[in-house]
Amino acid sequence: MTAPSPNHAARAATLVTFQLNGEPVTVAAPPHWTLVEVLRYQLNLTGTKQGCDKGDCGACTVRVDGAPVLACMTLAVLVQGRSVETVEGLGVGGEPHPLQRTFAELGAAQCGFCTPGMLMSASAYLDDLATRDAPTVDAVEISAVLGGNLCRCTGYTKIVQAVAVAAREVVERAQTLAEMSNDEAML
Amino acid sequence: MLRLPELEVVIADSLVAALTRLAEGRHVRALQGGTDLVANLKTGQTKAQTVVALGPLSELHGIDTSGEMVRIGAGERLVDVAQNAELQELFPALTYALARIASPQIRNAGTLGGNLCLDTRCRFINQSDLWREAMGGCLKSHGHECHVIPGGGGCVAALSADSVPVLMVLGAEVEIARLQDGAVLLRRTRVADLYDTDGLRHVRIADGELLTAVLVPKLPEGARAVYRKWAVRQSIDFPLVSTAVRLDLDRDGKLKQGKVAVGVLGPRPRLIPLDRWVGRPIDETLAQQVAAQVFDRCHPLPNVLYDHEYRRERLRVEVLRAIRTWFTPTAAAN
Repeated sequence: MTAPSPNHAARAATLVTFQLNGEPVTVAAPPHWTLVEVLRYQLNLTGTKQGCDKGDCGACTVRVDGAPVLACMTLAVLVQGRSVETVEGLGVGGEPHPLQRTFAELGAAQCGFCTPGMLMSASAYLDDLATRDAPTVDAVEISAVLGGNLCRCTGYTKIVQAVAVAAREVVERAQTLAEMSNDEAML
Repeated sequence: MLRLPELEVVIADSLVAALTRLAEGRHVRALQGGTDLVANLKTGQTKAQTVVALGPLSELHGIDTSGEMVRIGAGERLVDVAQNAELQELFPALTYALARIASPQIRNAGTLGGNLCLDTRCRFINQSDLWREAMGGCLKSHGHECHVIPGGGGCVAALSADSVPVLMVLGAEVEIARLQDGAVLLRRTRVADLYDTDGLRHVRIADGELLTAVLVPKLPEGARAVYRKWAVRQSIDFPLVSTAVRLDLDRDGKLKQGKVAVGVLGPRPRLIPLDRWVGRPIDETLAQQVAAQVFDRCHPLPNVLYDHEYRRERLRVEVLRAIRTWFTPTAAAN
């Protein structure tokens, strides 16, 4: 019953290919390396922060196949073939993401260590909001969305406000689009 | 930085392959979302040489509500089970409990099977390797002495899985696979019988076995369950008080059968039948009596954070609040 255990072979680095912020990358990842380690120390993407390293703080939040997950709990070899988004991939064409703009405008960061994780959790919420039929912005829901991201500086108020302002822009855009399509239907 | 020790990572391409590797012994562990195991490997409270990643196995996936027993694959992510509209309709207490596990990021990775197999937790074990060694270790790590019950002979770390009390009162079963002569053999056991009193090995799943699915019987008419969790924070925290109440009422609104399940005691959750109240109306008197009974029978230990006498009193209150949802329309139900 016992299969041979090729430990020495399996512990060598494995080539892992995945989509990183929309571009394919291949890295040689040792099997015991987590995604946050590969991102920071092999790919030099230091935007993703390494905080508690045991799933408590959310500073390492990245999106895998769209869903916010903890890069410190994810083995790098298991993202083979998947899509990974980090804070570096948020803005488009050199322009900041709406969340990055509202965080800056409203002063939603103090030391800034939790900010990349907050942005990744919030960006998934904004994307989800854009797919809803009649989206509304609710501070309680925003708090729940950010429930896995700890901030030791701000007291969260300005973070929730910044997400709410960006979320309202999403809702307004959806309403404008809906009105435009209604107008077209009437024509 | 908290690094993982060197590991062999096997990505299982078939259930047989996974079971074959798991049969090698305790040094080979099954990995799903990794939200419990990876942390425990990092702090050294779990030792393993190999992890078998189960992600691709189709046998562990799928939610089938067509039969009398609803089948939920053990590899289904907590978020997918919690947000499943059919399950929200059938078992609102279960989806409510799952939606309150840890944080969004952990529910996006962690699985139902993983929650059932959650390692026991204790304030003397969920610490760094250095911390545990410096204080002389305990039964579960580095040492031979229990600090929760000095002189105690067995580890009493707590089972803190939110799903378990609800699944117990729902009468759920789990399907467990193993290999025999190269073929996959399945056995079933009740969730209520899945746990042992030994905090070092509290899940009754042998080496070479794998939890593949959770089976939940549909509730008969008049039956409902409620889950109550108390923790310091509404997010991230493991429960410090965790209880599920199920009451089955007859056509006159009298109790036909009922049970209360309580977690976060020791390694084994407790199931308390409410037989002595059969035939009684569901009112404040019954709620007070059941809550008092649960208080008498359950003794939270100083194994997790927060004062254990407060947790015992709080457990009484949570049971009371759960039962009040049957006769107070404004009480928060789930």
